[in-house]
Amino acid sequence: MGDKSLISVRDLVQKIGQQEILRGFSLDVFEGETLVLLGKSGGGKSVFLRHLIGLMKPVSGEILFEGKDLTRMSERELVPIRRKIGMLFQDGALFDSMNVYDNVAFPLREHGEKREKSIRQRVEEALALVNMSGHEKKMPVNLSGGMRKRVALARAIISPPQVILYDEPTAGLDPIVADSINRLIRTLQTQLSVTSIVVTHDLTSCNRVADRVALLNEGRRHFYGTLEELGETDDVIVRNFVDGRSADDGE
Amino acid sequence: MALLSFFGSGLSGFTIYLGQVSLLAWETFCSIFAGRIRFKLAVFQVAEIGYGSQLVVIVTGAFTGAVFTAQAYFQFAGLNMETAVGPVVTLSMFRELGPVLTGLMVAGRVGAAMSAEIGTMKVTQQIDALRALAVHPVDYLVVPRALGMLISMPLLVVECVGCGVLASYWVAVYVLNIEAVYFVINMQTFTDANDIAMSLIKGFVFANIIVFISCREGLNAKEGAVGVGRATTETVVICSLAILIANFFLTMFLNILFPAGQR
Repeated sequence: MGDKSLISVRDLVQKIGQQEILRGFSLDVFEGETLVLLGKSGGGKSVFLRHLIGLMKPVSGEILFEGKDLTRMSERELVPIRRKIGMLFQDGALFDSMNVYDNVAFPLREHGEKREKSIRQRVEEALALVNMSGHEKKMPVNLSGGMRKRVALARAIISPPQVILYDEPTAGLDPIVADSINRLIRTLQTQLSVTSIVVTHDLTSCNRVADRVALLNEGRRHFYGTLEELGETDDVIVRNFVDGRSADDGE
Repeated sequence: MALLSFFGSGLSGFTIYLGQVSLLAWETFCSIFAGRIRFKLAVFQVAEIGYGSQLVVIVTGAFTGAVFTAQAYFQFAGLNMETAVGPVVTLSMFRELGPVLTGLMVAGRVGAAMSAEIGTMKVTQQIDALRALAVHPVDYLVVPRALGMLISMPLLVVECVGCGVLASYWVAVYVLNIEAVYFVINMQTFTDANDIAMSLIKGFVFANIIVFISCREGLNAKEGAVGVGRATTETVVICSLAILIANFFLTMFLNILFPAGQR
Protein backbone atom coordinates (compact mmCIF):
# COMPACT_ATOMS: atom_id res chain seq x y z
CA MET A 1 0.00 0.00 0.00
CA GLY A 2 1.53 3.30 -1.06
CA ASP A 3 1.32 6.73 0.56
CA LYS A 4 0.65 8.49 -2.72
CA SER A 5 -2.90 9.64 -3.30
CA LEU A 6 -4.17 8.08 -6.55
CA ILE A 7 -7.66 9.53 -6.43
CA SER A 8 -8.49 12.82 -4.72
CA VAL A 9 -12.09 13.87 -4.37
CA ARG A 10 -12.67 17.48 -3.36
CA ASP A 11 -15.95 19.05 -2.20
CA LEU A 12 -18.17 16.93 -4.39
CA VAL A 13 -21.77 18.15 -4.58
CA GLN A 14 -24.51 16.25 -6.35
CA LYS A 15 -28.25 16.82 -6.49
CA ILE A 16 -30.92 14.53 -7.85
CA GLY A 17 -34.06 16.58 -8.33
CA GLN A 18 -34.33 18.78 -5.25
CA GLN A 19 -32.51 16.30 -3.02
CA GLU A 20 -28.87 17.00 -2.24
CA ILE A 21 -27.16 13.58 -2.31
CA LEU A 22 -23.55 14.68 -1.80
CA ARG A 23 -22.82 17.87 0.15
CA GLY A 24 -19.17 18.64 -0.27
CA PHE A 25 -17.81 15.09 -0.01
CA SER A 26 -14.00 14.82 0.05
CA LEU A 27 -11.82 11.71 0.09
CA ASP A 28 -8.31 10.50 -0.74
CA VAL A 29 -7.64 7.01 -2.04
CA PHE A 30 -4.05 5.79 -1.88
CA GLU A 31 -2.31 3.59 -4.40
CA GLY A 32 -2.65 -0.15 -3.70
CA GLU A 33 -5.09 0.18 -0.78
CA THR A 34 -8.62 -1.14 -0.37
CA LEU A 35 -10.89 1.60 0.84
CA VAL A 36 -14.35 0.68 2.05
CA LEU A 37 -17.03 3.34 1.90
CA LEU A 38 -19.76 2.62 4.41
CA GLY A 39 -23.09 4.33 4.69
CA LYS A 40 -26.82 3.85 4.95
CA SER A 41 -28.80 2.44 2.02
CA GLY A 42 -29.84 5.29 -0.25
CA GLY A 43 -27.19 7.54 1.30
CA GLY A 44 -25.36 8.30 -1.96
CA LYS A 45 -22.55 5.72 -1.89
CA SER A 46 -23.32 4.29 -5.34
CA VAL A 47 -23.87 7.79 -6.70
CA PHE A 48 -20.40 8.70 -5.44
CA LEU A 49 -18.88 5.60 -7.04
CA ARG A 50 -20.44 6.44 -10.41
CA HIS A 51 -18.71 9.82 -10.32
CA LEU A 52 -15.31 8.11 -10.02
CA ILE A 53 -15.65 6.60 -13.48
CA GLY A 54 -17.40 9.57 -15.06
CA LEU A 55 -20.85 7.98 -15.30
CA MET A 56 -22.27 11.04 -13.51
CA LYS A 57 -21.18 14.66 -13.51
CA PRO A 58 -21.30 16.51 -10.18
CA VAL A 59 -22.93 19.89 -9.63
CA SER A 60 -19.58 21.10 -8.28
CA GLY A 61 -16.32 19.75 -6.90
CA GLU A 62 -13.47 17.87 -8.50
CA ILE A 63 -12.17 14.32 -8.83
CA LEU A 64 -8.46 14.10 -9.57
CA PHE A 65 -7.14 10.85 -11.01
CA GLU A 66 -3.43 10.93 -11.82
CA GLY A 67 -3.69 14.72 -11.57
CA LYS A 68 -6.49 15.03 -14.17
CA ASP A 69 -9.93 16.30 -13.22
CA LEU A 70 -12.47 13.71 -14.38
CA THR A 71 -15.40 16.04 -13.87
CA ARG A 72 -14.28 18.30 -16.71
CA MET A 73 -13.71 15.55 -19.26
CA SER A 74 -15.99 14.69 -22.17
CA GLU A 75 -17.20 11.15 -22.78
CA ARG A 76 -14.46 10.56 -25.37
CA GLU A 77 -11.72 12.08 -23.17
CA LEU A 78 -12.74 9.66 -20.41
CA VAL A 79 -12.06 6.58 -22.57
CA PRO A 80 -8.32 6.23 -21.71
CA ILE A 81 -9.10 6.84 -18.01
CA ARG A 82 -11.82 4.19 -18.01
CA ARG A 83 -9.37 1.64 -19.40
CA LYS A 84 -7.48 2.01 -16.12
CA ILE A 85 -10.57 1.68 -13.91
CA GLY A 86 -12.75 -1.41 -13.68
CA MET A 87 -16.20 -1.40 -12.12
CA LEU A 88 -18.33 -4.13 -10.64
CA PHE A 89 -21.97 -3.06 -10.80
CA GLN A 90 -24.39 -4.03 -8.06
CA ASP A 91 -26.26 -6.56 -10.21
CA GLY A 92 -23.33 -7.31 -12.50
CA ALA A 93 -24.77 -5.47 -15.53
CA LEU A 94 -23.76 -8.32 -17.82
CA PHE A 95 -24.76 -7.98 -21.48
CA ASP A 96 -27.79 -10.23 -21.65
CA SER A 97 -27.44 -10.88 -25.39
CA MET A 98 -24.02 -12.51 -24.88
CA ASN A 99 -22.98 -15.69 -23.09
CA VAL A 100 -20.46 -15.71 -20.22
CA TYR A 101 -17.48 -16.20 -22.55
CA ASP A 102 -18.41 -13.28 -24.82
CA ASN A 103 -19.16 -11.04 -21.83
CA VAL A 104 -15.71 -11.62 -20.37
CA ALA A 105 -14.01 -11.40 -23.77
CA PHE A 106 -15.82 -8.13 -24.57
CA PRO A 107 -13.20 -5.67 -23.23
CA LEU A 108 -10.39 -7.51 -25.03
CA ARG A 109 -12.21 -7.52 -28.37
CA GLU A 110 -13.25 -3.90 -27.99
CA HIS A 111 -9.70 -2.83 -27.23
CA GLY A 112 -8.36 -4.40 -30.39
CA GLU A 113 -7.35 -7.97 -29.53
CA LYS A 114 -7.94 -10.03 -32.68
CA ARG A 115 -6.21 -13.35 -31.84
CA GLU A 116 -8.95 -15.70 -30.68
CA LYS A 117 -6.39 -18.04 -29.08
CA SER A 118 -5.08 -15.28 -26.84
CA ILE A 119 -8.63 -14.15 -26.01
CA ARG A 120 -9.62 -17.70 -25.07
CA GLN A 121 -6.60 -18.12 -22.84
CA ARG A 122 -7.18 -14.85 -20.99
CA VAL A 123 -10.91 -15.50 -20.60
CA GLU A 124 -10.15 -18.92 -19.11
CA GLU A 125 -7.64 -17.37 -16.71
CA ALA A 126 -10.06 -14.65 -15.61
CA LEU A 127 -12.90 -17.14 -15.12
CA ALA A 128 -10.60 -19.46 -13.16
CA LEU A 129 -9.68 -16.57 -10.87
CA VAL A 130 -13.35 -16.04 -9.98
CA ASN A 131 -14.10 -19.79 -9.80
CA MET A 132 -16.38 -19.72 -12.82
CA SER A 133 -14.57 -22.14 -15.14
CA GLY A 134 -16.92 -24.39 -17.09
CA HIS A 135 -19.75 -21.87 -17.28
CA GLU A 136 -18.57 -20.19 -20.52
CA LYS A 137 -21.59 -21.14 -22.63
CA LYS A 138 -24.25 -20.06 -20.12
CA MET A 139 -26.35 -16.96 -20.71
CA PRO A 140 -26.54 -14.37 -17.90
CA VAL A 141 -30.23 -15.09 -17.36
CA ASN A 142 -29.31 -18.65 -16.33
CA LEU A 143 -26.83 -17.55 -13.64
CA SER A 144 -27.49 -16.91 -9.96
CA GLY A 145 -26.82 -13.47 -8.43
CA GLY A 146 -23.44 -14.55 -7.05
CA MET A 147 -22.38 -16.11 -10.35
CA ARG A 148 -23.37 -12.98 -12.25
CA LYS A 149 -21.26 -10.89 -9.89
CA ARG A 150 -18.27 -13.18 -10.33
CA VAL A 151 -18.58 -13.12 -14.12
CA ALA A 152 -18.86 -9.33 -14.00
CA LEU A 153 -15.74 -9.26 -11.87
CA ALA A 154 -13.91 -11.44 -14.41
CA ARG A 155 -14.99 -8.96 -17.11
CA ALA A 156 -13.75 -6.03 -15.01
CA ILE A 157 -10.31 -7.55 -14.43
CA ILE A 158 -9.54 -9.19 -17.77
CA SER A 159 -7.65 -6.10 -18.93
CA PRO A 160 -5.90 -5.62 -15.58
CA PRO A 161 -7.09 -2.25 -14.26
CA GLN A 162 -5.26 0.06 -11.91
CA VAL A 163 -8.39 0.65 -9.84
CA ILE A 164 -11.47 -1.50 -9.26
CA LEU A 165 -14.73 -0.01 -8.00
CA TYR A 166 -17.10 -2.43 -6.28
CA ASP A 167 -20.73 -1.40 -5.89
CA GLU A 168 -22.25 -3.48 -3.07
CA PRO A 169 -20.30 -6.63 -4.03
CA THR A 170 -21.94 -8.84 -1.39
CA ALA A 171 -25.49 -7.43 -1.37
CA GLY A 172 -28.14 -10.10 -1.66
CA LEU A 173 -25.69 -13.01 -1.51
CA ASP A 174 -25.65 -15.88 0.94
CA PRO A 175 -22.80 -15.77 3.51
CA ILE A 176 -20.71 -18.40 1.73
CA VAL A 177 -20.84 -16.72 -1.70
CA ALA A 178 -20.34 -13.34 0.00
CA ASP A 179 -17.21 -14.72 1.67
CA SER A 180 -15.90 -16.01 -1.67
CA ILE A 181 -16.40 -12.53 -3.16
CA ASN A 182 -14.55 -10.96 -0.21
CA ARG A 183 -11.67 -13.40 -0.69
CA LEU A 184 -11.61 -12.49 -4.37
CA ILE A 185 -11.34 -8.80 -3.59
CA ARG A 186 -8.36 -9.54 -1.36
CA THR A 187 -6.80 -11.92 -3.90
CA LEU A 188 -7.08 -9.31 -6.64
CA GLN A 189 -5.44 -6.73 -4.41
CA THR A 190 -2.51 -9.02 -3.61
CA GLN A 191 -2.18 -10.67 -7.05
CA LEU A 192 -2.82 -7.71 -9.32
CA SER A 193 -1.81 -4.89 -6.88
CA VAL A 194 -4.95 -2.98 -7.71
CA THR A 195 -6.39 -0.10 -5.73
CA SER A 196 -9.93 -0.96 -4.68
CA ILE A 197 -12.88 1.11 -3.56
CA VAL A 198 -15.68 -0.95 -2.08
CA VAL A 199 -19.07 0.57 -1.43
CA THR A 200 -21.08 -1.48 1.03
CA HIS A 201 -23.15 -1.50 4.19
CA ASP A 202 -22.02 -5.05 4.99
CA LEU A 203 -19.67 -4.82 7.98
CA THR A 204 -18.47 -8.42 7.64
CA SER A 205 -17.29 -7.60 4.15
CA CYS A 206 -15.74 -4.38 5.44
CA ASN A 207 -13.79 -6.24 8.13
CA ARG A 208 -12.54 -8.79 5.59
CA VAL A 209 -11.26 -6.45 2.89
CA ALA A 210 -10.66 -2.94 4.24
CA ASP A 211 -7.31 -1.22 4.72
CA ARG A 212 -9.07 2.05 5.35
CA VAL A 213 -12.72 2.93 5.97
CA ALA A 214 -14.80 6.02 5.28
CA LEU A 215 -18.36 6.61 6.44
CA LEU A 216 -20.70 8.68 4.31
CA ASN A 217 -23.42 10.33 6.36
CA GLU A 218 -25.89 12.98 5.21
CA GLY A 219 -23.83 13.51 2.04
CA ARG A 220 -20.59 14.25 3.90
CA ARG A 221 -17.59 12.22 5.01
CA HIS A 222 -18.28 11.57 8.64
CA PHE A 223 -15.42 9.18 9.44
CA TYR A 224 -12.14 8.31 7.74
CA GLY A 225 -9.57 5.97 9.23
CA THR A 226 -8.30 2.43 9.59
CA LEU A 227 -10.31 -0.58 10.74
CA GLU A 228 -8.75 -0.25 14.21
CA GLU A 229 -9.77 3.40 14.44
CA LEU A 230 -13.29 2.44 13.35
CA GLY A 231 -13.46 -0.10 16.16
CA GLU A 232 -12.17 2.35 18.78
CA THR A 233 -14.10 5.51 17.94
CA ASP A 234 -16.77 6.82 20.34
CA ASP A 235 -18.57 8.85 17.70
CA VAL A 236 -22.30 8.18 18.10
CA ILE A 237 -23.14 8.02 14.41
CA VAL A 238 -20.27 5.62 13.67
CA ARG A 239 -21.08 3.48 16.72
CA ASN A 240 -24.77 3.33 15.77
CA PHE A 241 -23.81 2.17 12.29
CA VAL A 242 -21.16 -0.33 13.41
CA ASP A 243 -23.32 -1.77 16.21
CA GLY A 244 -26.42 -1.81 14.05
CA ARG A 245 -28.48 0.53 16.27
CA SER A 246 -31.12 2.89 14.93
CA ALA A 247 -30.71 6.49 16.18
CA ASP A 248 -33.96 6.43 18.19
CA ASP A 249 -32.98 3.41 20.30
CA GLY A 250 -32.33 5.78 23.17
CA GLU A 251 -29.37 3.85 24.49
CA MET B 1 -52.12 33.44 -20.84
CA ALA B 2 -52.48 29.75 -19.95
CA LEU B 3 -52.88 28.96 -23.65
CA LEU B 4 -49.73 30.94 -24.45
CA SER B 5 -47.77 29.13 -21.75
CA PHE B 6 -49.11 25.77 -23.00
CA PHE B 7 -47.93 26.47 -26.55
CA GLY B 8 -44.66 27.94 -25.22
CA SER B 9 -43.79 24.84 -23.23
CA GLY B 10 -44.85 22.61 -26.13
CA LEU B 11 -42.60 24.53 -28.51
CA SER B 12 -39.62 24.46 -26.15
CA GLY B 13 -40.15 20.72 -25.55
CA PHE B 14 -40.27 20.13 -29.30
CA THR B 15 -37.11 22.20 -29.85
CA ILE B 16 -35.24 20.29 -27.12
CA TYR B 17 -36.36 16.95 -28.58
CA LEU B 18 -35.31 18.01 -32.07
CA GLY B 19 -31.96 19.17 -30.67
CA GLN B 20 -31.37 15.83 -28.94
CA VAL B 21 -32.18 13.83 -32.06
CA SER B 22 -29.99 16.13 -34.21
CA LEU B 23 -27.07 15.86 -31.76
CA LEU B 24 -27.34 12.09 -31.78
CA ALA B 25 -27.35 12.12 -35.59
CA TRP B 26 -24.36 14.48 -35.65
CA GLU B 27 -22.40 12.32 -33.22
CA THR B 28 -23.27 9.19 -35.21
CA PHE B 29 -22.14 10.64 -38.54
CA CYS B 30 -18.95 11.99 -36.90
CA SER B 31 -18.22 8.44 -35.68
CA ILE B 32 -18.96 6.95 -39.11
CA PHE B 33 -16.68 9.44 -40.89
CA ALA B 34 -14.00 8.92 -38.21
CA GLY B 35 -14.09 5.20 -39.09
CA ARG B 36 -15.38 4.01 -35.72
CA ILE B 37 -17.43 1.31 -37.43
CA ARG B 38 -17.93 -2.23 -36.19
CA PHE B 39 -18.51 -3.98 -39.52
CA LYS B 40 -19.70 -7.24 -38.01
CA LEU B 41 -22.41 -5.46 -36.02
CA ALA B 42 -23.38 -3.34 -39.05
CA VAL B 43 -23.79 -6.45 -41.22
CA PHE B 44 -25.86 -8.04 -38.46
CA GLN B 45 -28.10 -4.96 -38.44
CA VAL B 46 -28.51 -5.05 -42.24
CA ALA B 47 -29.70 -8.64 -41.86
CA GLU B 48 -31.93 -7.75 -38.92
CA ILE B 49 -33.51 -4.70 -40.57
CA GLY B 50 -33.32 -5.59 -44.27
CA TYR B 51 -33.74 -9.34 -44.38
CA GLY B 52 -35.98 -9.42 -41.31
CA SER B 53 -38.44 -6.94 -42.82
CA GLN B 54 -38.95 -8.85 -46.08
CA LEU B 55 -42.32 -10.40 -45.32
CA VAL B 56 -43.94 -7.28 -43.92
CA VAL B 57 -42.68 -5.08 -46.77
CA ILE B 58 -43.61 -7.53 -49.53
CA VAL B 59 -47.12 -8.10 -48.17
CA THR B 60 -47.69 -4.38 -47.58
CA GLY B 61 -46.45 -3.40 -51.05
CA ALA B 62 -48.28 -6.16 -52.89
CA PHE B 63 -51.66 -5.69 -51.26
CA THR B 64 -51.50 -1.90 -51.44
CA GLY B 65 -50.72 -2.11 -55.16
CA ALA B 66 -53.50 -4.65 -55.65
CA VAL B 67 -56.22 -2.75 -53.80
CA PHE B 68 -55.18 0.58 -55.28
CA THR B 69 -55.43 -0.94 -58.76
CA ALA B 70 -58.89 -2.28 -58.11
CA GLN B 71 -60.09 1.03 -56.68
CA ALA B 72 -58.56 3.05 -59.52
CA TYR B 73 -60.16 0.70 -62.05
CA PHE B 74 -63.61 1.09 -60.46
CA GLN B 75 -63.30 4.87 -60.72
CA PHE B 76 -61.69 5.05 -64.17
CA ALA B 77 -63.88 2.41 -65.83
CA GLY B 78 -66.86 4.78 -65.87
CA LEU B 79 -64.75 7.28 -67.86
CA ASN B 80 -63.32 4.62 -70.21
CA MET B 81 -59.85 5.34 -68.84
CA GLU B 82 -58.98 1.84 -67.59
CA THR B 83 -55.56 1.96 -69.22
CA ALA B 84 -54.59 4.91 -66.97
CA VAL B 85 -54.60 2.55 -64.00
CA GLY B 86 -51.01 1.41 -64.66
CA PRO B 87 -49.31 4.83 -64.54
CA VAL B 88 -51.50 6.11 -61.70
CA VAL B 89 -50.68 3.16 -59.48
CA THR B 90 -46.99 3.06 -60.44
CA LEU B 91 -46.47 6.78 -59.92
CA SER B 92 -48.27 6.69 -56.59
CA MET B 93 -46.29 3.68 -55.45
CA PHE B 94 -42.96 5.23 -56.40
CA ARG B 95 -43.59 8.76 -55.17
CA GLU B 96 -45.78 8.30 -52.09
CA LEU B 97 -47.11 4.93 -51.06
CA GLY B 98 -43.93 2.86 -51.36
CA PRO B 99 -41.69 5.05 -49.19
CA VAL B 100 -44.38 6.02 -46.67
CA LEU B 101 -45.77 2.53 -46.14
CA THR B 102 -42.30 1.02 -45.91
CA GLY B 103 -41.34 3.74 -43.42
CA LEU B 104 -44.39 3.09 -41.27
CA MET B 105 -43.90 -0.68 -41.37
CA VAL B 106 -40.18 -0.47 -40.55
CA ALA B 107 -40.87 2.04 -37.76
CA GLY B 108 -43.37 -0.39 -36.25
CA ARG B 109 -41.24 -3.48 -36.64
CA VAL B 110 -37.64 -2.32 -36.33
CA GLY B 111 -37.90 1.08 -34.62
CA ALA B 112 -39.93 -0.34 -31.75
CA ALA B 113 -37.49 -3.26 -31.34
CA MET B 114 -34.47 -0.93 -31.39
CA SER B 115 -35.99 1.34 -28.81
CA ALA B 116 -36.97 -1.59 -26.56
CA GLU B 117 -33.54 -3.23 -26.83
CA ILE B 118 -31.54 -0.08 -26.13
CA GLY B 119 -34.06 1.02 -23.48
CA THR B 120 -33.73 -2.31 -21.66
CA MET B 121 -29.94 -1.98 -21.76
CA LYS B 122 -30.29 1.51 -20.33
CA VAL B 123 -32.52 0.59 -17.39
CA THR B 124 -30.48 -2.53 -16.53
CA GLN B 125 -27.22 -0.51 -16.42
CA GLN B 126 -25.79 -2.34 -19.46
CA ILE B 127 -25.14 1.01 -21.16
CA ASP B 128 -23.33 2.22 -18.03
CA ALA B 129 -21.32 -1.02 -18.17
CA LEU B 130 -20.41 -0.24 -21.80
CA ARG B 131 -19.26 3.23 -20.78
CA ALA B 132 -17.36 1.85 -17.80
CA LEU B 133 -15.60 -0.55 -20.19
CA ALA B 134 -14.42 2.47 -22.21
CA VAL B 135 -16.82 1.85 -25.10
CA HIS B 136 -18.84 4.79 -26.38
CA PRO B 137 -22.55 3.78 -26.58
CA VAL B 138 -23.04 5.75 -29.80
CA ASP B 139 -20.19 3.87 -31.50
CA TYR B 140 -21.34 0.48 -30.28
CA LEU B 141 -25.13 0.78 -30.38
CA VAL B 142 -26.15 3.60 -32.71
CA VAL B 143 -23.57 3.51 -35.53
CA PRO B 144 -24.24 -0.12 -36.58
CA ARG B 145 -28.00 0.44 -36.40
CA ALA B 146 -27.75 3.66 -38.41
CA LEU B 147 -25.65 1.97 -41.09
CA GLY B 148 -27.99 -1.02 -41.18
CA MET B 149 -31.01 1.23 -41.53
CA LEU B 150 -29.49 3.61 -44.11
CA ILE B 151 -28.42 0.69 -46.31
CA SER B 152 -31.59 -1.37 -45.90
CA MET B 153 -34.34 1.21 -46.10
CA PRO B 154 -33.89 2.43 -49.71
CA LEU B 155 -33.68 -1.22 -50.82
CA LEU B 156 -36.83 -2.07 -48.87
CA VAL B 157 -38.63 0.87 -50.50
CA VAL B 158 -37.64 -0.38 -53.95
CA GLU B 159 -38.83 -3.86 -53.00
CA CYS B 160 -42.14 -2.52 -51.70
CA VAL B 161 -42.71 -0.50 -54.88
CA GLY B 162 -41.69 -3.44 -57.08
CA CYS B 163 -44.11 -5.78 -55.34
CA GLY B 164 -46.84 -3.13 -55.52
CA VAL B 165 -46.36 -2.69 -59.29
CA LEU B 166 -46.24 -6.44 -59.91
CA ALA B 167 -49.39 -6.97 -57.86
CA SER B 168 -51.02 -4.09 -59.71
CA TYR B 169 -50.14 -5.69 -63.07
CA TRP B 170 -51.51 -9.04 -61.95
CA VAL B 171 -54.81 -7.59 -60.71
CA ALA B 172 -55.18 -5.27 -63.71
CA VAL B 173 -54.41 -7.89 -66.38
CA TYR B 174 -55.67 -11.16 -64.91
CA VAL B 175 -58.52 -10.00 -62.67
CA LEU B 176 -59.82 -6.81 -64.27
CA ASN B 177 -58.94 -7.77 -67.88
CA ILE B 178 -57.03 -4.61 -68.80
CA GLU B 179 -54.85 -5.16 -71.87
CA ALA B 180 -51.35 -5.95 -70.70
CA VAL B 181 -49.72 -4.00 -73.48
CA TYR B 182 -51.58 -0.77 -72.61
CA PHE B 183 -50.84 -1.21 -68.93
CA VAL B 184 -47.10 -1.60 -69.58
CA ILE B 185 -46.74 1.05 -72.29
CA ASN B 186 -48.65 3.68 -70.31
CA MET B 187 -46.68 2.81 -67.21
CA GLN B 188 -43.39 3.24 -69.10
CA THR B 189 -44.56 6.48 -70.69
CA PHE B 190 -45.53 8.17 -67.45
CA THR B 191 -42.75 6.98 -65.15
CA ASP B 192 -39.01 7.69 -65.33
CA ALA B 193 -35.82 7.86 -63.27
CA ASN B 194 -37.13 10.95 -61.38
CA ASP B 195 -39.76 8.79 -59.70
CA ILE B 196 -37.18 6.22 -58.67
CA ALA B 197 -34.86 8.97 -57.35
CA MET B 198 -37.71 10.47 -55.32
CA SER B 199 -38.51 7.06 -53.89
CA LEU B 200 -34.91 6.39 -52.86
CA ILE B 201 -34.39 9.86 -51.34
CA LYS B 202 -37.56 9.53 -49.30
CA GLY B 203 -36.46 6.07 -48.16
CA PHE B 204 -33.11 7.48 -47.05
CA VAL B 205 -34.70 10.39 -45.15
CA PHE B 206 -37.23 8.09 -43.44
CA ALA B 207 -34.36 5.78 -42.46
CA ASN B 208 -32.72 8.68 -40.63
CA ILE B 209 -35.98 9.60 -38.93
CA ILE B 210 -36.61 6.04 -37.73
CA VAL B 211 -33.12 5.18 -36.52
CA PHE B 212 -32.36 8.40 -34.65
CA ILE B 213 -35.77 8.72 -33.00
CA SER B 214 -35.69 5.04 -31.97
CA CYS B 215 -32.17 5.25 -30.56
CA ARG B 216 -32.87 8.56 -28.81
CA GLU B 217 -35.96 7.06 -27.15
CA GLY B 218 -34.02 3.96 -26.08
CA LEU B 219 -31.05 5.90 -24.73
CA ASN B 220 -33.37 8.16 -22.71
CA ALA B 221 -35.52 5.36 -21.27
CA LYS B 222 -36.04 5.64 -17.51
CA GLU B 223 -37.89 3.95 -14.69
CA GLY B 224 -37.64 0.24 -15.52
CA ALA B 225 -40.09 -1.80 -17.56
CA VAL B 226 -42.68 1.00 -17.60
CA GLY B 227 -40.11 3.38 -19.05
CA VAL B 228 -39.09 0.89 -21.75
CA GLY B 229 -42.76 0.39 -22.67
CA ARG B 230 -43.26 4.13 -22.84
CA ALA B 231 -40.15 4.61 -24.99
CA THR B 232 -41.31 1.89 -27.40
CA THR B 233 -44.78 3.36 -27.78
CA GLU B 234 -43.41 6.86 -28.24
CA THR B 235 -40.98 5.59 -30.88
CA VAL B 236 -43.77 4.19 -33.03
CA VAL B 237 -46.02 7.22 -32.60
CA ILE B 238 -43.32 9.86 -33.11
CA CYS B 239 -41.70 8.02 -36.05
CA SER B 240 -45.08 7.57 -37.77
CA LEU B 241 -46.05 11.21 -37.33
CA ALA B 242 -42.59 12.43 -38.35
CA ILE B 243 -42.68 10.28 -41.50
CA LEU B 244 -46.12 11.54 -42.52
CA ILE B 245 -45.24 15.18 -41.87
CA ALA B 246 -41.78 14.96 -43.46
CA ASN B 247 -43.35 13.24 -46.47
CA PHE B 248 -45.48 16.28 -47.27
CA PHE B 249 -42.53 18.67 -47.17
CA LEU B 250 -40.33 16.23 -49.09
CA THR B 251 -42.97 15.87 -51.78
CA MET B 252 -43.23 19.65 -52.17
CA PHE B 253 -39.46 20.09 -52.25
CA LEU B 254 -38.53 17.04 -54.34
CA ASN B 255 -41.21 17.86 -56.89
CA ILE B 256 -39.14 20.95 -57.73
CA LEU B 257 -36.03 18.83 -58.27
CA PHE B 258 -37.77 15.83 -59.81
CA PRO B 259 -41.02 17.14 -61.32
CA ALA B 260 -43.79 14.68 -62.09
CA GLY B 261 -45.70 14.68 -65.35
CA GLN B 262 -43.19 16.76 -67.36
CA ARG B 263 -43.36 14.61 -70.47
